[in-house]
Amino acid sequence: MLVKLLSGDLPRSKLLTAILVAILICLAFAPFLFPGIRSVDTAARICIFILLVASYDLVLGYTGIVSFAHTMFFGIGAYGVALACSHMERGFGALIVGTLSGAVVAALAAFLIGLFSLRVRAIFFAMITLAVASAVAVLVSQLSGLTGGEDGLNYKIPRELTPAFKFGGELLGVKLNGKLLNYYVVFFGALMLFLLLLRIVNSPFGRVLQAIRENDFRAEAVGYRVIAYRTGAACISAAIAALAGSLYAIWLRYVGPDTVLSFEIMVDILLMVVIGGMGTMYGAVIGATLFVVAQNYLQELMQVASGAVESVPLLPDLLSPDRWLMWLGILFILSVYFFPTGIVGRLRQDD
Amino acid sequence: MSRVLLQTHDLTVRFGGHVAVDHVSCSFRAGELTAIVGPNGAGKTTYFNLISGQIPASEGKVELNGRDITRMSVSQRCERGIGRAFQLTNLFPNLSVLENVRLVIQAKAKMGFNLFSMAESHSEVTDRAISVLEKVRLYDLREQKVSELSHGNQRKLEVAMLIALDPLVYMFDEPTAGMSVDEAPVVLDLIAELKAEKDRTILLVEHKMDVIRTLADRIIVLHNGALAADGDPAEVMASDVVQEAYMGKELEDV
Repeated sequence: MLVKLLSGDLPRSKLLTAILVAILICLAFAPFLFPGIRSVDTAARICIFILLVASYDLVLGYTGIVSFAHTMFFGIGAYGVALACSHMERGFGALIVGTLSGAVVAALAAFLIGLFSLRVRAIFFAMITLAVASAVAVLVSQLSGLTGGEDGLNYKIPRELTPAFKFGGELLGVKLNGKLLNYYVVFFGALMLFLLLLRIVNSPFGRVLQAIRENDFRAEAVGYRVIAYRTGAACISAAIAALAGSLYAIWLRYVGPDTVLSFEIMVDILLMVVIGGMGTMYGAVIGATLFVVAQNYLQELMQVASGAVESVPLLPDLLSPDRWLMWLGILFILSVYFFPTGIVGRLRQDD
Repeated sequence: MSRVLLQTHDLTVRFGGHVAVDHVSCSFRAGELTAIVGPNGAGKTTYFNLISGQIPASEGKVELNGRDITRMSVSQRCERGIGRAFQLTNLFPNLSVLENVRLVIQAKAKMGFNLFSMAESHSEVTDRAISVLEKVRLYDLREQKVSELSHGNQRKLEVAMLIALDPLVYMFDEPTAGMSVDEAPVVLDLIAELKAEKDRTILLVEHKMDVIRTLADRIIVLHNGALAADGDPAEVMASDVVQEAYMGKELEDV
C-alpha cells in the first residue's frame, strides 16, 4: 500500500527516510506541535513550496528543460483564485473556478511557449520563458484596474476557511477554527499533488522524460516524439505550479506581484531544487523545508548568536541579523560544493 | 525473389559544396543481409543517417514498403519500421541496462503517454526486455547503470536495443567494433538469427572481411559517396573496384 502510494519510488536511504518522515509528521501536526500564527504560516509555506519545487523538478531534473517562467505559472494560479474571489460570489464555487481556470491557463501558456521554442532547442525555451515571465510581471503590475497593480488584491475566501469560523472549542490547546481547516486544505492539497507528481515521474511517461534528459537524440531514434514529451512535461509542471499558487492564494487571502511573481522567488525555487537534489522529487521536500525555515528563522538565530558573542570583537558584526542573506549565500555555496548531487543524492550515496 | 522492403532513389546529400552521398539508388529485400563497405569517409554512416532520418536529404527519396518516408521525422520512421544501432555508442547513460531496453519496448507498445501507472507494473514490457537481455547475455548486468558498463557490453546493449525494437529494417553500424573476441560471436550469431527470420532486411556497415564473408548475401561499395559496386559478395570482393576502393587507393589508377 505504502509502496504503491509512493509509486515504488522509495527514499532508498535510511537517514533520508527518517528525515522525510520527520518532516511529514511536523507538517501534518504543525498547528498542534508549533502553535502560533507565525510557525503555522511557515509550515503552510513549506507545504506550498514543496509542491512548487517538485513541479519544477519535473521539468528541470527529470526532463532537463530550464524554465524561468515557473513563478509566472505560480502567479497565474494565485491570481486565478484572487480574481475569481473578488468578482464572484463568496464561496467555494469561486475557489474551484479560480483554481481550475488558473491551472488551465498555465498549462495553455506552457503549451504555447513550448510549441514555439522547444521545437528548435531546449535552450530557447529558457530564453523565451524568461522574456514571457518578465513581460507578464510588468503587465500585472501595470494593469492595476484588473490586478490591483503593485498593491495586489485582497479578497474574501469562504468563511469556513477564516479564523472567524469556529467549530467546537479547543483541541490540545489549539482553537478549532477556519484557519486550522485552511491549513489542512493546503497540507492535503500539497500532499496529494506531490504524490501525483511522484506517480508521474515513475510512470512510463516519466521514464521517457528521463530518457530525453539523458539523450534526446536517441530517444527520438527509438520512436519517441521528443517535442511532444517535452511540451507535455512543461504543461503538467505549469498546471501543478498554478495549483500551488492557488493554495498560496487561499492561504494568504492576498496576492501581489512581490509575493507570487517576483524573480526572487524563481531564484529561490532554482536553489531549492539544486540543494535538495535534482531529479529525485524528495529533493524538493528537503530543499524547500530547509530554505523556508532558513528564510524565516535564520535572522532570529543570528540575533541570538550575535548576542552571545557580544564581548568578542568583530564577531557580533558578522553575526548581526542584517547579514543573514550573506550567511544564506555562504550556506548555499557550501552545500552545492559538498553535495553536487544535492542532499538527497548525497544521502543515497552513503547507503 | 522476396519483396523489396527498403528503397533509395537518387538519394543525395550535400554539405556546402561537398557531396557526401551522391545519387545512391538501391533496393533491399526481405531476408537479405547487405554489407555496406567503403573506405573511411565514403559516406556509409551518412547514407545510414539519410535512411533513418537524422540528416534530411538534399535530393532523392527513401521508400519503406513502397511508402515515401523522405519527409518523415526520425521517430515517425522508427514507428514505421526503421531501426538503427549506432556506431558510436549512444545510450541513456544514467539509466539501468534494463531500463534502456524497456524504453525501446515501451516506445513500440506506444505506452509513452501513460502517466498514471507505475512503469514497473507493466510486466509484459519488462518480461520482453529481460528476454532480449538474456539473448545478448546481459541479463546479469540488468540493474547496472549503463555508464558503468564496459565498452564491449555497451556495444552489446546497443544491439539489444535494436533487437528489442524489432524493426523491418535493421541497420547495424559496425556492431562488433571494440568488442573482445569472445563477445563478438554472440552478436554475430544474433545477426545471423535475424537473417534467418526472412521477413526483415539487414543493412550492415562493416570493416571486418571475415564477418562480411560469413554473413553477407550481397555487398554494396560506396566510394566518395557514390555507389561503386553492388552484387554477390564473392564477385564484388574479387573485383578491382573493391580491391582498390576498399584498400583506400585511388580509383583512377584502376
